[in-house]
Amino acid sequence: MGFEPRIVGFLCNWCSYTGADLAGTSRVPYAPSIRVIRVMCSARVDPTFVLRCLSEGADGVLVCGCHPGDCHYSEGNYKALRRMALLKRLVRDFGIEEERVRLEWVSASEGKRFADVVDDMTRKIRELGPSKVRAALAADRAER
Amino acid sequence: MARTITIDPITRLEGHGKIEIFLDDAGGVEDCYFQIPELRGFERFVVGRPIEELPRIVTRICGVCPASHHMAGAKAVDGCFGGQIAPLAVKLRDMYYQAHYIHSHIAHFYALAAPDFICGPDADPSVRNILGVVAKVGLEIGGEVIRARSKAQRIQQILGGKTTHLVWCIPGGVSKGLKREELDEIRPLCDQLFEFTQFSLGLFKKVILENPEYVEMILKGPYTLDVQNMGLVDENNAPNFYDGTVRVVDFEGRELYRYRPAEYMDFVAEHVEPWTYLKFPYLKKRGWKGFVEGIDSSLYCATPLSRLNVADRMATPAAQEAFQEMFSTLGGKPCKALMAQHWARLVEMVQNAETLQKYCADPGITGDEFRVIPDRITGEGIGIVEAMRGTLTHHYTCDKKGICTSANLIVGTTNNNAPIHMVTKKAARSLIRPGVEPTSGILNRIEMAFRAFDPCFSCATHSLPGQMPLEVRIHKGGEVRWIFKRP
Amino acid sequence: MAGKKLQIALYWGSACGGCDVAVLDTDEFILEVAALADIRLWPIAADGKYADVEAMADGELDLTLFNGAVRNSENEHIAKLLRRKSKLLVAFGSCAHMGGIPGLANQVTREEIFERAYLNNPSIEAGNVTIPSPRTRVNGRELVIPQLYRRVYKLDDVVPVDYYVPGCPPAPDQVKTVIQAIAAGALPQKGSVVGASERAVCDDCARIKKEKKVKRFFRPWEIRQDPELCLLEQGILCAGSVTRSGCGVRCPNSGMPCRGCYGPGPNVRDQGAKLLSAVASIVDSRDPEEIDRILDGIPDFMNYAYRFGLPASLLQRRFR
Repeated sequence: MGFEPRIVGFLCNWCSYTGADLAGTSRVPYAPSIRVIRVMCSARVDPTFVLRCLSEGADGVLVCGCHPGDCHYSEGNYKALRRMALLKRLVRDFGIEEERVRLEWVSASEGKRFADVVDDMTRKIRELGPSKVRAALAADRAER
Repeated sequence: MARTITIDPITRLEGHGKIEIFLDDAGGVEDCYFQIPELRGFERFVVGRPIEELPRIVTRICGVCPASHHMAGAKAVDGCFGGQIAPLAVKLRDMYYQAHYIHSHIAHFYALAAPDFICGPDADPSVRNILGVVAKVGLEIGGEVIRARSKAQRIQQILGGKTTHLVWCIPGGVSKGLKREELDEIRPLCDQLFEFTQFSLGLFKKVILENPEYVEMILKGPYTLDVQNMGLVDENNAPNFYDGTVRVVDFEGRELYRYRPAEYMDFVAEHVEPWTYLKFPYLKKRGWKGFVEGIDSSLYCATPLSRLNVADRMATPAAQEAFQEMFSTLGGKPCKALMAQHWARLVEMVQNAETLQKYCADPGITGDEFRVIPDRITGEGIGIVEAMRGTLTHHYTCDKKGICTSANLIVGTTNNNAPIHMVTKKAARSLIRPGVEPTSGILNRIEMAFRAFDPCFSCATHSLPGQMPLEVRIHKGGEVRWIFKRP
Repeated sequence: MAGKKLQIALYWGSACGGCDVAVLDTDEFILEVAALADIRLWPIAADGKYADVEAMADGELDLTLFNGAVRNSENEHIAKLLRRKSKLLVAFGSCAHMGGIPGLANQVTREEIFERAYLNNPSIEAGNVTIPSPRTRVNGRELVIPQLYRRVYKLDDVVPVDYYVPGCPPAPDQVKTVIQAIAAGALPQKGSVVGASERAVCDDCARIKKEKKVKRFFRPWEIRQDPELCLLEQGILCAGSVTRSGCGVRCPNSGMPCRGCYGPGPNVRDQGAKLLSAVASIVDSRDPEEIDRILDGIPDFMNYAYRFGLPASLLQRRFR
């Protein structure tokens, strides 16, 4: 074990990205596993983005949005909620552990919460081990 | 000099296959193997799918007889739902199935088989095909043939909504019924198809029965086997393609077994050889005895000829006449001359067409009650139909939520794997003479052995082994001397 | 090209023959094809052998229509052979285009399938330990069969493909259109999907579409359907919104939902992801528990999302 997970994070501009920034300015330490991509709303996250990350070897994907009721665009986070619920089932069908895809609500003032989420996800994924996707696809190709 | 002749791929059939002929030093046939190189894994990958999806997945086992799998699968699914099905749906499914038979039998006889008889077995390979047939018989007859198959497809399209890979059967019945105006469109097509079956029988007599070389090939050629016969029959021992009891009769006419679909596992088992992906079904109660013919053989054919061999009569009048004429010409029944399968196919088409006409005249056929909503899931079903190429068994189980937990398939052409292997070897031995270089015509005549079976090797090779622990058996002098295993 | 016949081949990989029947279903058009082309290889209907193809010059074939997926070493070998010998190589039908139904095998392992086929199977001869092998020696001679791969591929995973004709099978009208276009040299840029529309099945489906808000999903057999109304609106999962049209809407017109055989629309990388978005967007709830209950009505979502296109999806196969 002891590997450093590579987690891609899609953070919504108004709440969660700001919250993550707050963790930084407050100097709250957290695992350096997350690579952040800022989107305007969690509803912007097309399932294709998550599947592409996983197919290219990401050990985990985190999607963060505003708390229910607080979405800058009113409904966006509910759309994300429904989409992520189904996406988690699909990812499980693919044989990828559920803990690797996660949806969290993080508000602009929740710097500490953001750090805790990242640490928790990193720990869980460290236990699971690296993504098997690239190695399996490469092994498939190698036999031809 | 010892060498190998490889026919690869075999052609004018459905699916992949090759024939390896091993010649000894003198150029005679030492051995001959009929190998199937393909597999896909249906029995495994349908597990976990909602059971009602299986009939529309298993059609993709074969694109020439997809409705066979759809119907057998639908019947297995019916069983999983406690047998709840609207009676009108049974009629509609049977009606569709007759049209499906006609499409497939026309395709096989005219496109796949006829080139050997109309262009001739030794014709140049580039013309030995449907286009060569049309060139020989002329555009008028060629057009008739094409339009006839098109009519059979059209009937299916109207009735079931789709031809290849139909999606029509659903637990409780079918998803659409037949409207009055649709029946009005179908009725004349059924009558025209009946006429076409008569035309086809006439053509067969003219082209094949009036040609002494072909008659000799059928009756005295190497294309015969002393093995048993299997087919579905109704309570009058007439062929029923959609439903019935499985009857097994030996080549001297004795009934060996009769079984209902639920009992299939007691009667048929499958043997495996390392040199082909396709398994070899045999009569379980007799045990696997190897590739041997004879009255005690545990091998059997399941083909149009077999269906007529196990039947005492046809179910419809004009078909009955054709049936009687066929067997009296061939010298009685059962008939072991495997080339007669081409004729049997045409006789079956007559019953298909008459059955269609019977349904067209049924006043209830345009009813609304083509579906019931099932109210219980009982978890297991076995559906047997006669695919055009042989007895087809689909056995499914599912859990309380109707999710498939297992599938077992014994497919039409698979039944004939051992007979095909054996008759190919017989043909090779008979036609390849030491010292005479086999021509393309000779090799084609060897291929004609399997072609009579109208094989469907995509059907046959639904299941998948994959890379595996390797076992190599070295045979010498007819017995296994060494076995090497790689785990 | 005037005055000289087109040299064409039709070949099948891991296939069912349905695409070849689709060509025959163009009816009398096959005679027009015969007039303008020599069919050099078409195992279902003509006697060309592999040796004949090997003997051709590179590029001697003007066109190859390749249907079927790539499941074993022979499929790949012949795909590469035909690519060399053909000026144009067309992935014909769902299997060549996206992996097709055989692609569903990417959810299981080879070992599992082998075990089920030859060992752990109620019909297998009792005590059987024999399994097929790529090489078998018999009496000093060798018998060879192809090596099965660990998973299924689509055609362009193994060779560059010029055009794609989707469908399971492609509708005969479309087959005709494609062949005529090729004969006339009237083709769009390479890599295009031909023989299909740019619209979705929904656009061509005559059912009435109002508003989709689903509190419960139903299996097709669970309810009486309104034959005039959109299936998805009735809670019956249908992939029409994420599937290219051109098929004639055959399945919804039969009373059954679309399962996506024509593949995704233009510029869509992963058809299943689109179906996921579509389905999620109509779930009528904001409550996580209720959402889960509603989604429980769709068992096995992966197989609706990728019925015909698992090898073409981003993840391509199940991982263990």
